[in-house]
Amino acid sequence: MAEPFLSIQHVRKSFGATTVVQDFNLDVEPGEFVSFLGPSGCGKTTVLRMVAGFEEPSAGKIVVGGKDITRLKPNQRNVGMVFQAYALFPNLTVAQNIAFGLKVAGMPKADADRRVAEMLDMIKLPQMADRYPYQLSGGQQQRIALARAIAPKPKLLLLDEPLSALDAKVRVSLREEIRSIQKKLGITTIFVTHDQEEALSISDRIAVMYGGKAEQVGTPFEIYNRPATKFVANFVGTLNVLEGKVTDASTGKVQVNAQEVSLKGKLNGSKSGDTLSLALRPEAISLARQPGHDTSLSGEIAEVHFLGSVIRVRVGIGGNTVSLDTFNNSTTPPPVVGDKADISFSSGDMLVLH
Amino acid sequence: MKTGRFWAWVVFILGAAYFFIPLIATVEFSMRMRRGAYSFDAYQIVLGDARFQATFTYSVIAAIFTIVLGVLIVVPAAYWIRLRLPQIRPVVEFITLLPLVIPAIVIVFGYIRMYGSNSWLPFLGNDTATNALLVIGYATLALPYMYRAVDTGLRTIDVRTLTEAAQILGAGWGTIITRVILPNVLIAVLSGAFLTFAIVIGEFTMASLLNRPAFGPYLQNIGANRAYEPAALAIIAFAITWGCMSLIQILSRFAPKSANRPN
Repeated sequence: MAEPFLSIQHVRKSFGATTVVQDFNLDVEPGEFVSFLGPSGCGKTTVLRMVAGFEEPSAGKIVVGGKDITRLKPNQRNVGMVFQAYALFPNLTVAQNIAFGLKVAGMPKADADRRVAEMLDMIKLPQMADRYPYQLSGGQQQRIALARAIAPKPKLLLLDEPLSALDAKVRVSLREEIRSIQKKLGITTIFVTHDQEEALSISDRIAVMYGGKAEQVGTPFEIYNRPATKFVANFVGTLNVLEGKVTDASTGKVQVNAQEVSLKGKLNGSKSGDTLSLALRPEAISLARQPGHDTSLSGEIAEVHFLGSVIRVRVGIGGNTVSLDTFNNSTTPPPVVGDKADISFSSGDMLVLH
Repeated sequence: MKTGRFWAWVVFILGAAYFFIPLIATVEFSMRMRRGAYSFDAYQIVLGDARFQATFTYSVIAAIFTIVLGVLIVVPAAYWIRLRLPQIRPVVEFITLLPLVIPAIVIVFGYIRMYGSNSWLPFLGNDTATNALLVIGYATLALPYMYRAVDTGLRTIDVRTLTEAAQILGAGWGTIITRVILPNVLIAVLSGAFLTFAIVIGEFTMASLLNRPAFGPYLQNIGANRAYEPAALAIIAFAITWGCMSLIQILSRFAPKSANRPN
């Protein structure tokens, strides 16, 4: 495997007696787009700030391009950063904002002007050069902030929840734009977000963080389909969790509300009599038996929500409730609350949470 | 509702009268130097007096040095407190209020005892050093106004994020303060500067006890020995102060605007 471009090694950060990041490890390949995903207070922004140099790790080291930057000041790291609050300089025009880093680096004016024009074209705002930040919308300000961060050609781009302050529509368009610019420039990027859809849609890999640790690092597909921990399974996507009891560990038989499910090869050392949490994604479940589905459970329709193109159904199975979505079909009426219903799924889609 | 408005007007008119009647009376008196006719004779005498020109020039120069010293001390201090030491802000606010509580005469007697010609730091040993001590004293007197003006300016910007944005773009502390922070609090700094100017121009105690040829002692001297000229001088001093206040208002229109504060 090639040498990682960014290597975060055994990093720990404590504020007084409180440890907010513990033994965090991550290798990022050149040109990779990695998201830190997690709830508030999980330490994702602290790790990002340590990479930027705004916080000093209590232990561990950070290496960029083979060089240990752990003790370097932020202005010596050649890292670009976009902040949640835009952080454009209010006294400078758009062009002056973008040129700020170039001017600090001592770039000749003609070259800096050329680079600013190039950046404005890249973010599709060439007509905004002479405007002041207060004259721009939130989305435009964040585009300018992105251009300003990229203009000095940093080795690494850090995005600290750059879309959080924007409205839903702008968030989607801007995240696609960020990804497309990142791909075009091939710049190694770390993106911090608490929005799983954002992380899943634009990342090469995601580090799901919880309690100051990386719970799982993997591609969006792996994170979603093969969550390594209960937290990841619950945090990413919607998950149905069923409580089951192992009845025969040797054959993988598990009982869910007096109904048997076969999970051969998935019990990972569980013994007969153990209680397990079993998880299923809504899209893995069908109402009634479907071809390819080897397992079914009987229950009762508990809730039906008509959402237009889909109908969200909740089926009660003993003490468990399972959510699933079915497509709306104009010729078939939606299920009725209180009706008996069978759900089916492939036992291969069932996850055993530890 | 109409009764409320009536009383509001009454209070306003009383307030305005309390403010303007003495002022109008002073203006009127200052113009009565020539018997039987209004004239600007008192103003002509005052403005033509070489001592007026010398003391006024001295005080203007002292005010400029005081403003520079105040900005150099207060801007980095207030910035650093907002950025890194917000927990000590109440302590610093208290310290900056002390010049309002401790009379200038106490401060200047302290200076005289501390910095006499036998002191290890003999500020009173020669005129230049005494001028410097006077400027330091003025900067102390102006501290409550300068600190509050700058601190209020800093409150309107996101100091931490702007600092970090500049740092990550390669800027050092000098660049951050001169190109990011100062331009964004410039109007607040100017407000502090004009307040400082107004204080220095009329200050009497320090200049008098340090025996410096400033405008304040000149005002007192004229007031004690002449009839019409002190009234003219009071109006001139008042006009200067009001001019400073008007400049603050005019300049505040040019303050950098933010997305949150577009108007």
